Amino acid sequence: MFDFLDQYDLWDAFWVTIKLTIYSGIGSLIWGTVLAAMRVSPVPVMRAFGTTYINTVRNTPLTVIMVATSLGLFQTMQIELGGGDSSETGFRLAVLALIAYHACFVCESLRSGINTVPVGQAEAARALGLSFFQVLTLIVLPQAFRSVVAPLANVLIALTKNTTVAAAIGVTEAAALMSTMVENESDVILLVFAVFAFGFICLTLPVGLLLGWVSKRVAVKR
Amino acid sequence: MSKVSVTKDAGPPESAPSGLVVLDNVNKHFGALHVLQDIDLTIARGEVVVVIGPSGSGKSTLCRTINRLEPIDSGYIAIDGKPLPAEGRELAELRADVGMVFQAFNLFAHKTVLENVTLGQLKVRKTEKQEAIANARKLLDRVGVANQADKYPAQLSGGQQQRVAIARALAMDPKVMLFDEPTSALDPEMINEVLEVMQQLARDGMTMVVVTHEMGFARSAANRVVFMADGRIAEEATPDQFFSNPRSDRAKDFLSKILHH
Repeated sequence: MFDFLDQYDLWDAFWVTIKLTIYSGIGSLIWGTVLAAMRVSPVPVMRAFGTTYINTVRNTPLTVIMVATSLGLFQTMQIELGGGDSSETGFRLAVLALIAYHACFVCESLRSGINTVPVGQAEAARALGLSFFQVLTLIVLPQAFRSVVAPLANVLIALTKNTTVAAAIGVTEAAALMSTMVENESDVILLVFAVFAFGFICLTLPVGLLLGWVSKRVAVKR
Repeated sequence: MSKVSVTKDAGPPESAPSGLVVLDNVNKHFGALHVLQDIDLTIARGEVVVVIGPSGSGKSTLCRTINRLEPIDSGYIAIDGKPLPAEGRELAELRADVGMVFQAFNLFAHKTVLENVTLGQLKVRKTEKQEAIANARKLLDRVGVANQADKYPAQLSGGQQQRVAIARALAMDPKVMLFDEPTSALDPEMINEVLEVMQQLARDGMTMVVVTHEMGFARSAANRVVFMADGRIAEEATPDQFFSNPRSDRAKDFLSKILHH
């Protein structure tokens, strides 16, 4: 029944999906944390930048951002991100677009986590003589992260599935292979869909379960 | 520069009184509420000043202005001769010399008791780790919670948490300690264990500003009682004078309500 799969390299395609997820996941976490720090900082310019960024990028469709990186950054401005050949450049641009987009959701999850840290703890930290940056990195963010592991798992699952948008700029990940197969294997089209749906479940389900467990482990007792 | 300053930073008063903590003509508003009105207060080294008064009289706000957790609208505040700087590195340095204990303890919930007490030493004072730990254990022993060092704050009783908070403030070797209603959130049977630590601290010569409703502590430990009402200092006296023979009507009224029931 699954004979038709023999002529395609399914693992290769999903490996690209996994790499997109890992690089974008790490990048979103870092950029999202920086954005969250900006949004709670005492410097008005930083707060304004953070708010504007979130409200602009979060409300733009990912497809638009993805195509904009390819047509705008690459084809118009010749920015290759050190990619060399066109497939590597496409991959890097896709990671950039995914980071830019999902960092918004990381930032907003984290900001709700920051709100769970009692303001008195930040005051106590300031009263000890810690700087704003130290209060944020030593007291506020460690507790904020622990309270938002579950919402961040949601962002990671959404990110995993959103990597399929990279197919729009020619990255040969799972969804790109699927559209090839849909064209060539129209007699087993439902089976093709089922294979890819199953592939994504295999990626996202363990992530959800693992992070759900982590979330309970690291919760701060109050 | 100060001549065109819109915040009306009055600068040091002409005849600057010498004291460890000096407040001169301090004013602060919360919106329309004039919460601190022309506050003048000088606290000498080693002095224990207890601030009492009805709710909403501005006593907590007064306490919080001393390390600039609450910025003031006008006036002058200095600690050990240095005026309070604006937000930034200098202010952080000054805050390190001013210990503060809060009503809600505010221990760092994700750190153990020992880590709570070593954090400031390690990150602000840059003390060696072994030295910081030894110092922290000594202080925890002094406030009577040495056996709780490896627990998290949520595993401790309120009285124990507040004593850890006192140790955390003392670990910075502060010039002055501010107590903002340290026993108001405690169950009655835990109040004394905290007050005893504070009594001991007062006997050891620590300069203290204590906002409290504990009249017994005011009587026994204070050098001076400052009575606040409606954003003003209504009366300043020794505890004996204040409790046996209050001069202002506002203080007489306040004491009649709390002492006879």
